Amino acid sequence: MNYFPDEVLEPVFDFITSHKDRNSVSLVCKSWFKIERYSRQRVFIGNCYSTCPERLIARFPGLKSLTLKGKPHFADFNLVPHDWGGFLYPWIEALAKSRIGLEELRLKRMVVSDESLELLSKSFVNFKSLVLVSCEGFTTDGLAAIAANCRFLRELDLQENEVDDHRGHWLSCFPESCTSLVSLNFACLKGEINLGALERLVARSPNLKSLRLNRAVPFDTLEKLLMQAPQLLDLGTGSYVPDPSSEAYNRLKSAIQRCKSIRSLSGFLEVNPRCMSAIYPICANLTFLNLSYAPGLSGNELTKLIQHCRKLQRLWILDYIGDKGLGVVASTCKELQELRVFPTDPLGAGNAAVTEEGLVLISAGCPKLNSLLYFCQQMTNAALITVAKNCPNFICFRLCILDPIKPDPVTNRPLDEGFGAIVESCEGLKRLSLSGLLSDQVFLYIGMYAKQLEMLSIAFAGDSDEGMLYVLNGCKKLRKLEIRDSPFGNAALLEDVGKYETMRSLWMSSCEVTLGGCKTLAEKMPSLSVEIINESQQMEFSLDDRTVDKMYLYRTLVGHRKDAPEFVWIL
Amino acid sequence: MEVGLKMGKGGGDHVCGCEKVKMGFEETELRLGLPGGGGGEGEAIRKRFFSETVDLKLNLSSKESSGINPNEEKVKGLRQEKSLLPCANDPAKPPAKAQVVGWPPVRSFRKNMLATQKSGSEESTEKASGNSAALVKVSMDGAPYLRKVDLRMCNSYQELSDALAKMFSSFTIGNCGSQGMRDFMNESKLMDLLNGSDYVPTYEDRDGDWMLVGDVPWEMFVESCKRLRIMKGTEAIGLAPRAMEKCKNRS
Repeated sequence: MNYFPDEVLEPVFDFITSHKDRNSVSLVCKSWFKIERYSRQRVFIGNCYSTCPERLIARFPGLKSLTLKGKPHFADFNLVPHDWGGFLYPWIEALAKSRIGLEELRLKRMVVSDESLELLSKSFVNFKSLVLVSCEGFTTDGLAAIAANCRFLRELDLQENEVDDHRGHWLSCFPESCTSLVSLNFACLKGEINLGALERLVARSPNLKSLRLNRAVPFDTLEKLLMQAPQLLDLGTGSYVPDPSSEAYNRLKSAIQRCKSIRSLSGFLEVNPRCMSAIYPICANLTFLNLSYAPGLSGNELTKLIQHCRKLQRLWILDYIGDKGLGVVASTCKELQELRVFPTDPLGAGNAAVTEEGLVLISAGCPKLNSLLYFCQQMTNAALITVAKNCPNFICFRLCILDPIKPDPVTNRPLDEGFGAIVESCEGLKRLSLSGLLSDQVFLYIGMYAKQLEMLSIAFAGDSDEGMLYVLNGCKKLRKLEIRDSPFGNAALLEDVGKYETMRSLWMSSCEVTLGGCKTLAEKMPSLSVEIINESQQMEFSLDDRTVDKMYLYRTLVGHRKDAPEFVWIL
Repeated sequence: MEVGLKMGKGGGDHVCGCEKVKMGFEETELRLGLPGGGGGEGEAIRKRFFSETVDLKLNLSSKESSGINPNEEKVKGLRQEKSLLPCANDPAKPPAKAQVVGWPPVRSFRKNMLATQKSGSEESTEKASGNSAALVKVSMDGAPYLRKVDLRMCNSYQELSDALAKMFSSFTIGNCGSQGMRDFMNESKLMDLLNGSDYVPTYEDRDGDWMLVGDVPWEMFVESCKRLRIMKGTEAIGLAPRAMEKCKNRS
C-alpha cells in the first residue's frame, strides 16, 4: 500500500501530532507502523500498568517526551491506599539503560522517589522539562538533584504534589551557568526557600515566562522578582501581604505596570485584601485567573477584581464568591470557557455558598462555556435544563452537590431530567461527573445521548444493574468509568465482558459486585487485570459471595503487575 | 426494540417524554435489584446506604430492622466501617456532622492547603475574611451584665446604635433613677441615650487604646474594634471634645 518512499512519508507524519491520530496512522499497514514508530517523539501512557518500559523502548527508539499516569483518579480522594503502586523508578531505570534521549517527563498520580529523580537527572543529557502533578514520595533533595544536574533545564513544574520539604537549599543547586529556565512552579512546597538564590536565579533567566511561588516567598521578594522579570506571561504570587504604606508596595505597583505580558495569574496564598487594587492594571489582559487557594479574600474583593478581567477565559475560584458574585462574572467575562468553583471549606460542615442560581447566571452570560467544575449547595432540574439550553458546548461537566443524594429541593424529585438535558444538548460532552439524588433514569439518558462520552464518575446513584448497563451499552466511546457507593452488581459487571477491552479502566467501590463475580470476569478476560483492594484484610479469598470493597480493572498488554502490595489481589 | 424517545425542549414536553420512556420499559425491564426488595426500592435502599453509612458510628438512627435482610447487614456492615472516618463517640456533645471518606471529592492536597491557610490566618493579626462574624463584648456602665454584638450584622454606625439601644433599653430605664419617670415616658430620650449626653459609646482598638466610636470609617472600625464600652458621659471627659461639650450643655 506504499506509494511513497519512507523519506517522503516521514515529514508528512511530522505534521501529525495528536496521539489519537498517530495511533490511527500506525494501524494502517506494516509500513506505516514502522515509519510512524521511528518518527514518534511524544508518547502518552494513560495507565502505567497497561504496558511496560521495555515495550515502550523497543517500539519508540526516538522517544523524547513521555507522559505517564499512575493511580486511579479516585486516589485523589483517599480511596486508594498509599502504597498501591504507580512507581516511577522502574521506568527511569529502564530508560536510563537504553539509548533513549529523554527530554521531557510529565507524570500524574505517580510515586516518585528521590532516587528516581536523581537517576533521571544524571541519565539524560538533554533533559529539559519535568512536570509533576499530584505525585508523592519525593523530597526537596530530589529537586536539588534535578536543579544541580539538568544543565539545560527549561521547565520545572510542580502542581499539587505532596513533597516532604527538608528546607534544604535546593534552589541554590541551580548552577550559575543555568540560564535556560522558562518555567518554574514550586507553589505546592510548604517550606522556606532561599530567597537570595531565587532572586539570582530569576535575574539570570531571561527566557523565564512562567513563575509560581510558594507561600514562603514574601511580598518584598515578589516585588524584586517582578522588577527582574517584566517579560513574564504567567505569575503565581506566594504571600501577598504588603504594608500599604511601604516603599515596596509602591515599587510593586510600578513593576506591575511594566508587566504587560502577564496573561495568567494565581496564588495569593496569604493576602492583604486591601492591596488587590495594585493588581488591577494587569487584569484587563488576563485569560486565566486562579484564586482557588486564596481564602483570605472576601466575596466583595474578589468580585471587584473580576470586574476588571474582561478577557478571562478560565476562572478558578472558591465558593465564597456567592451566587451574586457569579452574576458579576457572567456580566463581565464574556469570553469565559472554563469555570471551576471549589468549596472554601471542604473539611467542615460543608455549606457551600453557591447554588443553582449562580450557575444559571453564568450559563446565561457566558455562552462559550465548555468546561465546568462546580461544588454547590443544591441544584434543580429546571436550572440544569436552562444551563443545557444556554450552553450546548460543554465538553466537561462536573457537578458536585455537597450532599451527594440531595434531590431537587423545589420538586423533591431526582435530578435525572436535569442531567438528561445536559447530555442531550451537549453532543460533544466527553467528561461527566454526577451527583444529587439520581435513579436509573439518568443512566438511560446518558446511554442514549452521551455518544462522545469518554469519562464518567458516579457516586451514590442509580437503583439497579440497569443503570450501569445503560451506560456500558450506550456509551460507545467510554474509556474510564468510576463508580462508588451505587447498587450495581455482578449482572451489570458481567453482561458484556468484552467492553472492558475497549476501555482504559473501571473502578467500582462499595457497590454490589462480589468476589465471585470478579473472579468470573478475570477468568473470561485474560487481557484484563482485575485488582481487588482489600485494605482491612478481612476478606477471605474463598468467600465468593462477599461483596468486594474496591475493585479496579484495566486492560493491559503485559499481564499482572509484579509490584502489587499484599493487600491487593490480582485475580 | 425501538422506543420513540424524545425529550422535549420545553418543560411540559419534558415530563411527557420521561413518562413515555418509563411506560415503554417497564414490561421489558429486567429487575435485578438487591435481595429483599424490588427495583423500586432502589432509591430507598440507596438512601439508606448513604444515611446508614453516615449515621452508623454516631448511633444516630435506629436500624430499620424490617427491611433488612441478614445478608445485606453483613455486607453493609463491612462497607460502612470502611466508608467512615473515625469520629468521637461522645453522646453528650451534639454529634459533629459525620464525614464519608472521599466526599466531597476534593483533592487531599487542596483540603490540607486550605486547612493550613485557615489556621494560619486565625493566628495572624490581619483582618479575617469578610465572611466571619465579628462578635465583640459590649459593656454598659451600671448594667449588671455584658452583652455581645456582631459588628458584621450592622452596616453603619446608625445600625449599631439602634442595636445597642435595643439591647440596653431595659437597663437604661432602670438607670434613670435620678431623673425619675420623665425619661421613662419619653421615647425619643431613650433613643438619645446613646447618641446624647448621658452615655458615650467607646471602644478598645487593637492597640489597646480606648477610642470614641464614630471617628473612623465604618469598615475600619469593624476591623479594629475589640470591645465596646458604653461609658457614662461624666467619665468620658478625657476622651474627646465632643463628650465634654455634651456634658456642658446638660448642666
